[in-house]
Amino acid sequence: MEDLKRLLASHPFFKDMKEDHIAFLAGCGKNVRFEPGEFIFRNGEPAEKFYLVRHGAVSLEIFVPGRGAVMIETIREGNVMGWSWLVPPYRWHFDARALELTRAIEMDGKCVRKKCESDPSLGYELMRRIAAIMQERLKATQLQLIDVYRKD
Amino acid sequence: MVVIEPAALELLFSALKEKGYHLVGPTIRDNTIVLDTLRTPADLPIGWEDEQQPGQYRLQHTNHTAYFNYVVGPQSFKKFLHEPRLTLFKAIKDGHAFDIQTPPDNPPAYAFIGIRACELAAIHIQDKVFLESDFQDPHYRARREKIFTVAVNCNRPGANCFCTSWGTGPEVTENADLILSEIFIEKTHLFLVKPGSSKGKEILENIPYREANAEILERHTQQMQQARQAITKRIESEGIKELFYNNLDSPHWEKVAERCLSCANCTMVCPTCFCTTVEDVTNLQGTEAERIRRWDSCFTADFSYIHGGSIRKSTASRYRQWITHKLATWQDQFGTPGCVGCGRCITWCPVGIDITEETQALRQIISVES
Amino acid sequence: MAALPDPMVPIPYRVERYRKETHDTFTLELKPATAQRLSAFSAGQFNMLYIYGVGEVPISISGNPENGELIVHTTRAVGTVTTVMQSLRAGHVIGLRGPFGTPWPIEVAKGQDVVIVAGGIGLAPLRPVIYYLLNHRKKFGKIVILYGARTPEDILFRKEIKSWRKRLDLEVLVTVDRATGNWRGNVGVVTRLIARAPFDPYAAIAMVCGPEIMMYYTVLELMDQGIPKNQIYISMERNMKCAVGFCGHCQYGPHFICKDGPVFPYERIENLFTKREI
Repeated sequence: MEDLKRLLASHPFFKDMKEDHIAFLAGCGKNVRFEPGEFIFRNGEPAEKFYLVRHGAVSLEIFVPGRGAVMIETIREGNVMGWSWLVPPYRWHFDARALELTRAIEMDGKCVRKKCESDPSLGYELMRRIAAIMQERLKATQLQLIDVYRKD
Repeated sequence: MVVIEPAALELLFSALKEKGYHLVGPTIRDNTIVLDTLRTPADLPIGWEDEQQPGQYRLQHTNHTAYFNYVVGPQSFKKFLHEPRLTLFKAIKDGHAFDIQTPPDNPPAYAFIGIRACELAAIHIQDKVFLESDFQDPHYRARREKIFTVAVNCNRPGANCFCTSWGTGPEVTENADLILSEIFIEKTHLFLVKPGSSKGKEILENIPYREANAEILERHTQQMQQARQAITKRIESEGIKELFYNNLDSPHWEKVAERCLSCANCTMVCPTCFCTTVEDVTNLQGTEAERIRRWDSCFTADFSYIHGGSIRKSTASRYRQWITHKLATWQDQFGTPGCVGCGRCITWCPVGIDITEETQALRQIISVES
Repeated sequence: MAALPDPMVPIPYRVERYRKETHDTFTLELKPATAQRLSAFSAGQFNMLYIYGVGEVPISISGNPENGELIVHTTRAVGTVTTVMQSLRAGHVIGLRGPFGTPWPIEVAKGQDVVIVAGGIGLAPLRPVIYYLLNHRKKFGKIVILYGARTPEDILFRKEIKSWRKRLDLEVLVTVDRATGNWRGNVGVVTRLIARAPFDPYAAIAMVCGPEIMMYYTVLELMDQGIPKNQIYISMERNMKCAVGFCGHCQYGPHFICKDGPVFPYERIENLFTKREI
């Protein structure tokens, strides 16, 4: 538990979060590890977790019939993966596959939701951070969308 | 200051031709006063008067004997110094290589007859672009070095003139080789002549002249005073650079764009506009290629084209570019405003857009907002 | 009076080598074809390349500025002239004028960390800087090269990038907007690499080159990471017909991209960068 609290506190997602909030959340977390090629989650599966990547690389992919797996983004250490646990119907929208040996903290979504309900200030704090990450991702995706390097 | 008879103009013309000058100046063609070769003073628009309004130009012939009772037409002397079309070089094919040939550039020595104060100012402005910046244009220089100027003070400014706002007219205050003032006292018709250079003094010696008396000098002063008062248009030059720099996003540009046709007339008639483009042409067999430089305008659709499209697609952005360059960024680039108040852009705009009014409109938007 | 040289007349240069880089990008290595030659260039400058009977285009120099007479240009075929240029081969002659423009601030960067962010063909005008940095490694602090390409097939200078990656004294991160084939590297816009890059924002010079919109978001991210706007340099592009400040086409506000640029400290053009159609 002590160990996990320390790990959480050192992850950029929890930067400057109050110690007691981190301690409260640490109860929902556990250390996980994925081998290269291993699927972390799959499109359509129930989404009850999110991941704070500590080391390694994960490919977010969509499998397109006829095209195969199309990689849309690479998630690396310091990033957060997954927010489908926040929004019903709580299902994953892509596949996530480890590209290399990856270590992460797996946070149990149900557990975190429960804790947020009992402590709204923690809930608000978490929402704020997740909103910031979503915004950053959206900006990056939009830039990818406009295809800046096209000829015309 | 001396005085000559109008008939002496013939001798002035001969003296200049003798010295090897090619005389160009105002003459009538196509119901307009254009600038072209003058053989004798009779080629000048004697007795003609112009009426200029926004988007309007009319000439009428009177029984007056005045040689210069009009102001500027659609052309400026810029066309002699900064050629509308010029071959830069020829390339002669040689297998997968080529030889470059630069045609000899021996332009005539022009004598600009009847050049106005605003036009002299425009030449100085273009000097800064082509002779006093990072690079020099040898073609401009070759023509510029040779000119002789017979300037004329404006007695009858046009309705679109606003040279007084910039201090570029109606009186010629800088050195031209000869400065003429057409004087009328009752039935007497004379030219007051002021030589402005040793070249001018030398030419003057070929013409009979006499000293100007007090009455004539008085009349000249009066005429200049009347000319200044006759100018009704005005552009406020105080803070004009900041005005345009601070209003790049003004909704005003969309308003002007509703009228502007992006026809480029204003840039063609403007005596300071200098933009050019290049054209590559080959002969039919493909054995010779020529690179030609010709006038261009920031109003054309592909002026700002880079792969992907033109940067300035909208008329609003192009009008904004032209006026902001002319009145603001030009100052940072060359140390002077780009406008001399000749009024041509107002006269020759098909829809009569007035640069002085657009500037005023922008100022008004600011004062309303603040 | 001696005749003034005409800055619009090119000098013949011979193609020593034509190399295809990707499906639409190629590199020309050029040497003088006569006794005339261009003067030495600095990283960031460009030449005007004249193709017989077709036209002239501004292309950044992409070779080593310390490499004597050899002039290298890496070009993407996007228009009439550059598409015709794809037919050039060794022995063919083209016309060159230059070098023109302001260079990358290599002197200013000495003693500091250097962050190079390249997007697409933008890597070509930055390669001369990279050569200089690597040949004078001790004069600079940390060096970071961030490169974003459209797809893995569009990655330029693959072999060289590999050799740069092998070095222990610099960080090279490559990403693509869209993954294709067997790509196992980063996917995502190049701005996403900045937060991870190891440099000291208080002692770093950033040099950014790529499509204008990519440069804009890159500059925002660099500033977010703490690099002051007068330490960030970008390379602008506009239509050019003369490259000597006469034709008027390349104006960007009061600046002529051909002589006041193409390299600008971001601070100088900050006010123009967000204006539309300027």
